[in-house]
Amino acid sequence: MTALHLHGDLWIGGAPLIRNLALDMLAGQWSCLLGPSGVGKSTIARLIAGLPGPYRLDGVLTSLDAAPLLGRVAMMAQDAQLLPWADLVRNVTIGARLRGARPDTVRARTLLAAVGLAGLEARRPAELSGGQCQRVALARILIEDCPVVVLDEPFSALDTVTRLAMQDLAARVLTGRTVIVITHDPLEAIRLSDRAWLLGADGAERLELPAAATPRDYRAVDTLAAQAALLTRLFEPQHAQCGG
Amino acid sequence: MRRLKNSFVRGMLAFSFALVLWQAVVWFSGVPHFILPGPGRVATSLWDNAALLWEHARFTALNLLTGLAAGVALGVVTALNLALSPAARLLLRPMLIFAQAVPIFALAPILTLWLGYGAASKIVVVMLVVYFPVTSAFFDGLIRLPAPLADLAQIMGASPLRRLLLLQVPHALPALASGLRLAVITAPFAVIIGEWVGSSRGLGHLMLMANGRGKTDLMFAALVVLAAQSLVLFAALERLAKGRAKAPRTGD
Repeated sequence: MTALHLHGDLWIGGAPLIRNLALDMLAGQWSCLLGPSGVGKSTIARLIAGLPGPYRLDGVLTSLDAAPLLGRVAMMAQDAQLLPWADLVRNVTIGARLRGARPDTVRARTLLAAVGLAGLEARRPAELSGGQCQRVALARILIEDCPVVVLDEPFSALDTVTRLAMQDLAARVLTGRTVIVITHDPLEAIRLSDRAWLLGADGAERLELPAAATPRDYRAVDTLAAQAALLTRLFEPQHAQCGG
Repeated sequence: MRRLKNSFVRGMLAFSFALVLWQAVVWFSGVPHFILPGPGRVATSLWDNAALLWEHARFTALNLLTGLAAGVALGVVTALNLALSPAARLLLRPMLIFAQAVPIFALAPILTLWLGYGAASKIVVVMLVVYFPVTSAFFDGLIRLPAPLADLAQIMGASPLRRLLLLQVPHALPALASGLRLAVITAPFAVIIGEWVGSSRGLGHLMLMANGRGKTDLMFAALVVLAAQSLVLFAALERLAKGRAKAPRTGD
C-alpha cells in the first residue's frame, strides 16, 4: 500500500504555478485533482509519474513507505500511448520487452479479455475505437501491476456514454491501488474519488463528496447535486472574468 | 469503357500514344535517323544488339545494386549510432550537413582517379549518393519519437538500446522508406556518371561509344535498357514498402 504526500510550491520555469499544495492521497484509494485547463493538473501528473518537464517542486513528494516512487508508478494519458505498428498483445507486453524481460503473452490475453477486448488481440490500434484504445492502455497498466496509478484525463476524448462505461471499468479493475485521477470533468471527479481537490493558483481545496461508494451512480440525487454545486463553482469565476 | 479502368490496358495505351507521338515527330520534322531514330529503328537495334546490351547492362546493374546495398547499410548504421550517442551527434552531424552540400557527382572524377576505371569507383559513387539521403531521413525519423511514446519508454524504465530498437526504429521505418525512394531515384544517375567519367564497360560506356560512332539508335537502345532497370528498382522498392505497411483489415 502506498500513500502519497505532495506538499509545497510548484514552479514552471521561473513563475509559480501552484502555491501551498497540500495533498495527502490515501493508500489504495482514488484521489482526484480537478481544475480548469492550464492550472497545472498535467504537470502534477508528470511529477508523480517521474516524467521530465520544465517544472520544479519546491517541497516534498513522498510515499508513506518512504521507498522511491520510480518504477512503481503506471500512467495512462488522454493519448493511449499505443504502438501503431504492433498488435494488441504486443502493445500490452511492451513494458516487459522494454525492460528486457520475457513478455507474458498468456497474461496479456487474459487482461485484454478482462477489459472487454477478447477476440481482438490480433488487431492494431488503428482498427480500434477511442474507447477500445483506452481499454488496451488499461490492460497495459494492469500487467505492469504498479501500486500507484496516475490517470491523466484518460477519458476526456471519449463520448459521454463510453466515458461512463470506462469509469466503471477502471474503478472495477484498479481496485486496491493508489489511483490519482487528473480531470476537468466534475462528474468524473464525483463518481470516482475517495478524496478530491479543486486546484487553483493558491493551492488545492478539498471537495465535499457524496457518501455513496465509488463508482457513484450518475443518476443518484447526491451525485447530481454535487455535480451541480461543483459546476457552479467552476463556472462563476470564469463567467465573472469573461463578463469583465 | 470498362476496360480502360484496367491499369495494364491504360499503361499500354499511354505507351502506344507516346510511341505514335515519337514516330510522328520523326516523320514530320524530317530529322535524319542519326539525330533522332524512330521507335522502329530503336527496337531493331535493341533486338540486334541484345547480347551486347545484356553484357553491359549486367555490369551496370551489379554496380548499381552493390553500391545501393552498401550505401543503405552504411546509412542505417550511421543513423542508429547518431540516435544512440550524443557524442556521435556532436561530432558527425555537422560533417553530414557539410557533406550534403558537396555535389557527390562532382567527386566522380576524383574517385575514378583514386579507385581506377573498374567497378570500385562506380560502386563508391553510388554508395555516397545513397548514403546521405538514407542517413538523414532515417535519423530524422529516429529522433522524432512522439512525446507519448517517449513518456512510455521513461515510465517503463527502458534502456536506451531497447528504446531505440522497440520504439524508435519501428516508428522511423516510414521515414527510412522515403529516404530509400530518394536513393533509388538518384542511384542510376550516379552509376552512369561514374561510367561516363571513365570506364571500359557498362551502359554509360556503351552510350558514349555509340555516340562517338554515330550509332544513335544503339544509344537510345541503351537508354531504354537503363530506364527499364530504374523502373524495376522503383517497383521492387514500392513492393517492399507496401509489404511492410500491412494494409489494415476492415473491422466493425
